[in-house]
Amino acid sequence: MMVYDNPDGVKIGLEIHVQLNKLNTKLFCACSTDYHNSEPNTHVCPVCLGLPGSLPVLNRRAVEFAMKVGLALNCEIVEQTQFHRKNYYYPDLPKGFQITQYDFPIASNGKVVIDGEDGEHIIRIKRAHMEEDPGKLMHIGSIEKSKGTLINYNRSGMALIEIVTEPDMRSPKEARRFLDKLRSIMEYLDVFDGDLEGAMRVDANISVMGGERVEVKNISSHKGVEKAALYEIMRQKNFVRRGGKVVLETRHFDELRGVTLSMRSKEEEHDYRYFPEPDLVPLRVADKVPEIIKTLPELPDAKRKRFKTQYGMADMHAKALTSDIKVANFYEEVAQLVDPKAAAVWVADILKGELNYRDISVDAFKVEDMAEIIRFVSSGNITERSGVEIIRTILDKGGDPASIVKEKGLVKVEENIVTKAVDETLEENPEALQDYLRGKEKSLNFLVGQVMKKTAGRSDAKTAREMLLDKIKKLSPK
Amino acid sequence: MITKEEVEHVGWLARIEIHENEAQDYAEKLSAVLEYFSQLDEVNTENVEPTYHVADIVNVFRDDVIRLSLPQEEVLSNTDKKQEGNFLAPRIM
Ligand SMILES: [Zn+2]
Repeated sequence: MMVYDNPDGVKIGLEIHVQLNKLNTKLFCACSTDYHNSEPNTHVCPVCLGLPGSLPVLNRRAVEFAMKVGLALNCEIVEQTQFHRKNYYYPDLPKGFQITQYDFPIASNGKVVIDGEDGEHIIRIKRAHMEEDPGKLMHIGSIEKSKGTLINYNRSGMALIEIVTEPDMRSPKEARRFLDKLRSIMEYLDVFDGDLEGAMRVDANISVMGGERVEVKNISSHKGVEKAALYEIMRQKNFVRRGGKVVLETRHFDELRGVTLSMRSKEEEHDYRYFPEPDLVPLRVADKVPEIIKTLPELPDAKRKRFKTQYGMADMHAKALTSDIKVANFYEEVAQLVDPKAAAVWVADILKGELNYRDISVDAFKVEDMAEIIRFVSSGNITERSGVEIIRTILDKGGDPASIVKEKGLVKVEENIVTKAVDETLEENPEALQDYLRGKEKSLNFLVGQVMKKTAGRSDAKTAREMLLDKIKKLSPK
Repeated sequence: MITKEEVEHVGWLARIEIHENEAQDYAEKLSAVLEYFSQLDEVNTENVEPTYHVADIVNVFRDDVIRLSLPQEEVLSNTDKKQEGNFLAPRIM
């Protein structure tokens, strides 16, 4: 087996803030979580505005969601916990403190398996704790020349779960794979919609060659994490090569320029002056674990395994089909209607690529349409290439397979037309034929291309090839 | 014993301006308070569970049901400085 030896001694640990945005209401108040397309400061109340005298009351479902997340990450659920106040002054925090879990996170000691540099790789989860999201700040103009800061508290008080990993990722690629896996799990659990702005924010702790770690703050996308880590590793390596010594510091990732920049040193940990939140009573929910376990859905790893055994597909296809719960469900519906193996190839290799290219969700495509296209192709009515064309047409312009086939005249041409094209091709290209007979395989590809050109792409390469070979055999029997 | 520097640091964390000549006075008074409370350290708490809340109850929840938020005008009614529905704060780095 291949072993990844991590030549630069890269260690990456992540802290991921995941918004439990599938809840109806915020963590401690009954304001709606559906604020993304709303005017600023319209989804707030005395509690999430931190007005004097207001009191937080914990959302029961938020606790259930957090426990689901903990269990799905193979964590232990705490026996008893208590929220704390983390004190600091910043305008996005209206109370002057954030309510969070401190010494007893709701979940700890878990693990997630990713496809690492050298096969399966375990990322240990140190802890996962619940906390409230701050409001959102927007600078007027550029950061350097800003005249003021606008504050919108719609996000204030949203339920977050902060997941902290051990520094077990050995490359930027592994960091990205972990985040992809985490997002996939969260969406399987139906606690999180990753398409919403600000739904997942990441801080990365990065070190090389036994140096101290540098924390890169507030990365907002999966690609961003990979880019920030690549840059930071290069910067630290160059710094060490020039005789520098990397020290503990916090840096900010500038997504536009793809660089990390030093920030002023953050307040020391003890400056947060954590103390138990007196407005909330302790939480004792460990006895609910068996009940919550029953509600856990089949998770990505289990589904991937099942797809391989149940549908007899390759691991590569099983992986591609199970990373997104919507794609997995779509596939299984198609597989009910047509040959599951053909369905795996069409959904994983073709449809998914076309969707990714257009950056749209599988919701945009009908199960029946996919099944019909596969039926057309496997019955020999249309070529594979036409099948792809139908998918593209549906995604770009709409319509249904049958009428697109009609409109575009995609029905495969009769065999005698292909026969005629083969005859003509061989007659017009005697050199290519001779080359092929002398052993030049490439010449056959050229001839196949010519046949397809003559039939305007409506015959498929496989048929053209077979008929050419048949004809050549008849011409020069050996 | 609380030092003058500690008083200044805590003052900064709480965004309270403390004048040079007040700091020493606060340090002495706060030290006296802490000293008074330190009598509690003499109690043996070896086998006593920590009390996180004075009421001996756990698990107070609310259902995940939406209730009306405040109208924007009311939200902004306590501030002088606002812009397009937002609170307006000084430039923050
Ligand atoms: Zn609220």
